[in-house]
Amino acid sequence: MTDKPRTLYEKIWDAHVVETRDDGTALVYIDRHLVHEVTSPQAFEGLRLAGRKVRRPDLTLAVPDHNLPTTPRLDAEGKRIPIADAESAQQLAALEQNVEEFGVKYFDATSAEQGIVHVVGPEQGFTLPGTTLVCGDSHTAAHGALGALAFGIGTSEVEHVLATQTLLLKPSRTFAITVDGTLGYGVTAKDVVLAIIGRTGTAGGTGHVVEYRGSAFRDMSIEGRLTVANMAIEGGARSGLFAPDQLTYDYIKGRPMAPSGEAWDRAVEWWKTLVTDEGARFDKSLRLDATDIAPNVTWGTSPEDVIAITGSVPDPESFEDASKRIAAVKSLDYMGLHAGQRMEDVTVEHIFIGSCTNSRIEDLRAAAAVLKGRHVADRIKQALVVPGSGLVKRQAEAEGLDRIFIEAGFEWREPGCSMCLGMNPDRVPSGERCASTSNRNFMGRQGPGARTHLVSPVMAAAAAIKGRLADVRDLMGNERG
Amino acid sequence: MEPVNHVEGRAYPFGMKNVDTDIIIPAEWLKTISRNGLGKGAFEALRKEPGNVFDDPRYAGAPIIVAGDNFGCGSSREHAAWALIDMGVKAVIAPSFSDIFSGNAFKNGILTVVLPQEAIDRLVEVATTDPISIDLEHQTVTTPFQDRFRFEIDPFRKSCLMGGLDEVGLTMARGDAIATFERMDAQRRPWLVPAAA
Ligand code: SF4
Repeated sequence: MTDKPRTLYEKIWDAHVVETRDDGTALVYIDRHLVHEVTSPQAFEGLRLAGRKVRRPDLTLAVPDHNLPTTPRLDAEGKRIPIADAESAQQLAALEQNVEEFGVKYFDATSAEQGIVHVVGPEQGFTLPGTTLVCGDSHTAAHGALGALAFGIGTSEVEHVLATQTLLLKPSRTFAITVDGTLGYGVTAKDVVLAIIGRTGTAGGTGHVVEYRGSAFRDMSIEGRLTVANMAIEGGARSGLFAPDQLTYDYIKGRPMAPSGEAWDRAVEWWKTLVTDEGARFDKSLRLDATDIAPNVTWGTSPEDVIAITGSVPDPESFEDASKRIAAVKSLDYMGLHAGQRMEDVTVEHIFIGSCTNSRIEDLRAAAAVLKGRHVADRIKQALVVPGSGLVKRQAEAEGLDRIFIEAGFEWREPGCSMCLGMNPDRVPSGERCASTSNRNFMGRQGPGARTHLVSPVMAAAAAIKGRLADVRDLMGNERG
Repeated sequence: MEPVNHVEGRAYPFGMKNVDTDIIIPAEWLKTISRNGLGKGAFEALRKEPGNVFDDPRYAGAPIIVAGDNFGCGSSREHAAWALIDMGVKAVIAPSFSDIFSGNAFKNGILTVVLPQEAIDRLVEVATTDPISIDLEHQTVTTPFQDRFRFEIDPFRKSCLMGGLDEVGLTMARGDAIATFERMDAQRRPWLVPAAA
């Protein structure tokens, strides 16, 4: 290749270029393709119409998640309960027929391995460092936590990958986001990524691939890194990358689809080369100090509308940019909030702990630790906890976390996207307010008229107990520092 | 795909910034297994507001949308592009687009034209009374008032749009190069194929 120092992104890119065209567009090989029910039917249909096959079914994995109800899927006799919504049922049936017809590996809606596609990939060892990984879903960036160059694609691209195992891409610019220092008490990976988006805005990363660097990320668990990379897209970036390290190898080793034996050793040898070289340059960079980050909440209808829980709703007039001022007025109107209102005074009726951002075992453990021996406030109408996969659910049950949630007044559900988006039965009613561990607070995201405040799992637990947005540090004893 | 060259007609003077894909097509419309019929759900939430541009008879069936910065941000749903096509939109003009949206738009033969904010302001003004014309070959947007804005476009995208070419077919013709890569890569990364789980 070249002796020029390269970034992690450039190394992965270079290793996957099949050929480059004169205009700089490259045909890039795709190592991993995750498929779900919502963005794939039209792609399979396209293959069928053109008489094409799936080129590498062995590199493809399908699982339903977006519109599956999270209520029980089997009746008392172990028979499958049909999905009531006709269109959801039709999408699921289409996926089942397509994986059968095209020979794609599939985790059925009732299997223990089923879950949110971005939880399942890492959990199964399907996601590996240095791979190119795509899925018809914008939160695919999550897999970058393991050092995979992972990004969301549209359905035409899903069809392109199914047929050719490649994509036509232009190289991205690179963006180094460095967070050094130790996170404060009660401050989590979610607060870090919200702080980043608060700084960059939702378009700050457009055209870039982010590499997360610095001691705060080196010390972060793989599950925390998955939370951070998951929301790279909320900052406009197509992908977010963490260089693989010992934590990564320890996380992957022994997972069902991961390499083993001699293949494992060879893989690790290659993965160890996947670091940004000394002297490689990034097109853009941002630095934050971990100690400046507080537990965060969002106040508006864009993930960049971030403020510390101790803060107040900003005055739209305080924004320099005129369009931001107009957007803020609209947001506050939609959210039913006014400038100067203290975030801790904002009451909520719904709590959602789940989504591909925060539904892994560490998230559930953290929320359960806050909820243990406590109960949700009277004003809470619904508190849902939705594990990211059947395996997460089993693990949580083995640890007794389900009991803690249920005793605290939460509903313990089957895995799926649930209340993260309004396309299955789990929704927030119009005009009501939800403290949610998901990744998007867009208008109507959790159902028409629903008001979403993005928070970490421990902050969602704190909001459940208080019936309002609350500072989890006040509930975690006197270690507040 | 239909070849695209001239897009001419009335334009929705939309102008809104950060139009996300939930605004273009709400999630409940994503359950379809077909590409057609999504126009009915396009901009559903905005259409509830009286006086919105999408229900204004002056712009009925307009083939162009003039929008603000960061059009199509949010999710990767290609339904956003299909919804626009189904409502008859062939081109969107904005100061910037989200990466995923502009890729999806391109693959479905929708032209995304990037022009600076001053040009957008002018086009929004013109659109309220008069048609706008986009000439892809010459990369210009013009109005009946002698406005003439030149835009840049990736040459590959331009030739695909003008020729109505199918990208999957083009890549399948490179099957040998892909197979060569796979053979070489199997030596380098023998561990790549997932263990059967
Ligand atoms: S949990 Fe939410 S963000 Fe994640 S894949 Fe599902 S719908 Fe998308």
